[in-house]
Amino acid sequence: MIDSNFRKALIEVVGKENFDDTNTEKLVYSYDATPGFQAMPDAVIAPRSTEEITEIVKLCNDYKVPIVPRGSGTNLCAGTCPLEGGVVLLFKHLNNILEIDEENLTVTVQPGVITSSLIEAVEEKGFFYPPDPSSMKISTIGGNINENSGGLRGLKYGVTADYVLGLQLVLPNGETIRTGGKLAKDVAGYDLTRLMVGSEGTLAIITEATLKLIPKPNDTKTLLAIFDRMEDAAETVSAIISNKIIPSTLEFLDNLTLNVVEDYAKVGLPTDVEAVLLIEQDGHQNVVEEDIASISEICSSNKAVSVHVAETKEEAEKLRTARRSALSALARLKPTTILEDATVPRSEIPKMVRSINDIAQKYNVNICTFGHAGDGNLHPTCLTDGRDREEMQRVEAAFEEIFKKAIELGGTITGEHGVGVMKAQYLGLKVGASGLDIMKSIKTAIDPHHIMNPGKVFSKESMMKEVVNNDNT
Amino acid sequence: MTTPEEKQKIQEAFHQRVDDDELLNCMRCGFCLPKCPTYIESGYKESHSPRGRIALMKAVSDGLIEPDEDVERSLELCLGCRACEPVCPSGVPYGHLLEEVRDIINQNKKFPFKTRVLRKIVFDHVFPHHHRIKTLTNLLSYYQSTGMQNIMHKTGVLNMFPDTLATMEKVLPQAPNKKKMNKRETIMTPVNTKKKRVAFFTGCLMDSLFRETNDATLELLKIAGCEIVIPDQQVCCGALHGHSGEKERARDLAKKNIKAFEALNVDYILTNAGGCGAFLSDYDHLLKEDEEWSGRAKKLSNKIIDFSSILVALDFHQNHLFLHQQVITYQDSCHLRNVLGIKDAPRRLIKAIDHITFQEMKDADTCCGSAGIYNITESEMSMKILDKKMINTKATHATTIVTSNPGCLLQMKLGVEREGMADKVRIVHLADLLLEAYQPN
Repeated sequence: MIDSNFRKALIEVVGKENFDDTNTEKLVYSYDATPGFQAMPDAVIAPRSTEEITEIVKLCNDYKVPIVPRGSGTNLCAGTCPLEGGVVLLFKHLNNILEIDEENLTVTVQPGVITSSLIEAVEEKGFFYPPDPSSMKISTIGGNINENSGGLRGLKYGVTADYVLGLQLVLPNGETIRTGGKLAKDVAGYDLTRLMVGSEGTLAIITEATLKLIPKPNDTKTLLAIFDRMEDAAETVSAIISNKIIPSTLEFLDNLTLNVVEDYAKVGLPTDVEAVLLIEQDGHQNVVEEDIASISEICSSNKAVSVHVAETKEEAEKLRTARRSALSALARLKPTTILEDATVPRSEIPKMVRSINDIAQKYNVNICTFGHAGDGNLHPTCLTDGRDREEMQRVEAAFEEIFKKAIELGGTITGEHGVGVMKAQYLGLKVGASGLDIMKSIKTAIDPHHIMNPGKVFSKESMMKEVVNNDNT
Repeated sequence: MTTPEEKQKIQEAFHQRVDDDELLNCMRCGFCLPKCPTYIESGYKESHSPRGRIALMKAVSDGLIEPDEDVERSLELCLGCRACEPVCPSGVPYGHLLEEVRDIINQNKKFPFKTRVLRKIVFDHVFPHHHRIKTLTNLLSYYQSTGMQNIMHKTGVLNMFPDTLATMEKVLPQAPNKKKMNKRETIMTPVNTKKKRVAFFTGCLMDSLFRETNDATLELLKIAGCEIVIPDQQVCCGALHGHSGEKERARDLAKKNIKAFEALNVDYILTNAGGCGAFLSDYDHLLKEDEEWSGRAKKLSNKIIDFSSILVALDFHQNHLFLHQQVITYQDSCHLRNVLGIKDAPRRLIKAIDHITFQEMKDADTCCGSAGIYNITESEMSMKILDKKMINTKATHATTIVTSNPGCLLQMKLGVEREGMADKVRIVHLADLLLEAYQPN
């Protein structure tokens, strides 16, 4: 329960219609897309301006009430699950594209803008905003920035962080600051913009963002290569890159994933092979054609049983849609689907894929693997039933081993989903004890009362023992 | 108000009757959100989204929250358009979950006296009886043709009714009188060679208020080579009941229809109303727990098909179809598209007409806000949805809007009337358009 004066003050700021603490509203903001996490907030609030956010943050800071910023709640690390209650902050009123600056190649947006709306708006003017997380039709830019979302185009174009040039932020003390700007070069002090991107709402509230645009590539070609053996596919990925071609998309689906996706999307994917690579190249027509031809050759010489270049735009779009639905299509098989995003240097993909299979066998759990093979970002996805406690223990053990393996290969515990609550206990594996200390000091310096999305990123029981053993990164 | 006892009963029934596996199957990915009209039009309120509603169902079922007025409100405001189902990667049968919880709430809650009487009249005394609907249609015909309607309009009596109802009264089609609704033959022979033997599900509104559309549909089927059986004993499909928390009555009607159709030796059972077709195709789910009937229901469900699919299968579009130059657009019937999966056949048929320009409407697959009687019971939300639909309609510059369900047809007419475009834009059922375009050799 929240203090009645605090409640009254919040209502004064946003108006009655933008404040809700009924059971129904609290319940529907108690979860996000992460399985197994649910916690009721104390209230839900939808401010209409940066000024209102400032007032809300000040109040939360005074009353020491947690504040959880939330876009559309599609993240996969329980980043917006209000673990310690408090106020869930919605951005539904702050959903305007403020400016598309054609001279400086930037777009300035409010955090509630839907990712695909932004992409459509800039493409209409011939520009390109590459980050394309699978949830882009409903995810918000604010959410993307807070989670530093990736997507299918990450290999060639990078992730959200590579496109954030400047931010307007409300700090936990209520001060509003601006970082960065419409600048290609800016080395004035610490890079606060970069610090905020991916901070999962634990440092400040993002109220405006200036994003980088690039010219829209005028041609795209899509290719599908089929492999009898998973290892051949994984080795093809490494071969393409070492031949100095960077495809715009290089996606990998294993057999089980293929079957489920085909059942759902019916795009004519083969279901009796071990792996498929979905590869795209974009750019000038000549380059695209040359690259696609080379990629075809590389696939064939790496024992692809078939290589097929999509004939039409529609065909290509269908193949992309199939890949986009992979995660959720898997959900059809079992009640609980746990998706991870362990990431390794791309040269280590074959080893990582083999290890995932071995680990799944060892713990007798069902793991399908798909993902952004081109950037080493795999999505080992476990199909299980959250009600089966014994199996859940095996699942957890298997994932722990997968994370450790990824670290051993020079990788990380999360490539694009974020730490949130889901992987908080493993963060030490990656960043080490000193790394954790530095991060915690930054957190405390900016948010001394720990009101900003508490319980995320850092865990009370971090796996410090393992840090000592694996502190070689 | 729901009493504490009622809440407890509802909660227990949720726990017992709502399919826990399906609730768990929702992985909360949020892919349904952008497709949900009430989520968008409520200003992105999660409680008015499919994901939110499923979370609420689960929370009530698990005893996490009470089924209070806000929960009921969230479930009531759902259109039941089922646009969330095709985009749901996990395949959660949202429509079935919704029907079940609405039934639970309705069966365990005592409504105010007025509501009870109204529900009783509509669900027990009107819709299950074809002849009573025809009598009402006949009364409407009398009202429209004797000048009474003019008097009502001139005296402003209608101003006493809510806006939506008053406008709805204006857009009702000219109702046929009793004579025109005479019984038709129970077997119709094809114009030329017989290619298929099919049964026709007449529907209640379609066979009274939209009698001409039914006649047009039968004519098209005869031209396409169908021998058509129209069993006498068929009744209302029960969709209205099923969607309004009256599943038991829907089951009674379903059994009557199964009896009426099962003995006929036909390849398909055809409908020309997306709403009826979808509900008939769901009979197997409706009766899945009834040992005696589940198998029989499945047989009927498997034979249900929209008339447009049959016309395409029988190459009707190869006939000479011609209309004067005009821009035509098509508004999908939600249940035809989202439940029966029919989206290409109607478009293919329209595009086969010479001299016309087919212009696809933005978001044609989004509900128009009709949703059974939703436009009367939830007119505020319905009109918001309709207003957006009209923006997209205008952008096509179409002068003819084609629909494939009576509810959609009336709602689109209502929209056009509200926009003051009634003299420029006409709304027609696909069957009427095709018959108009058909040029006999």
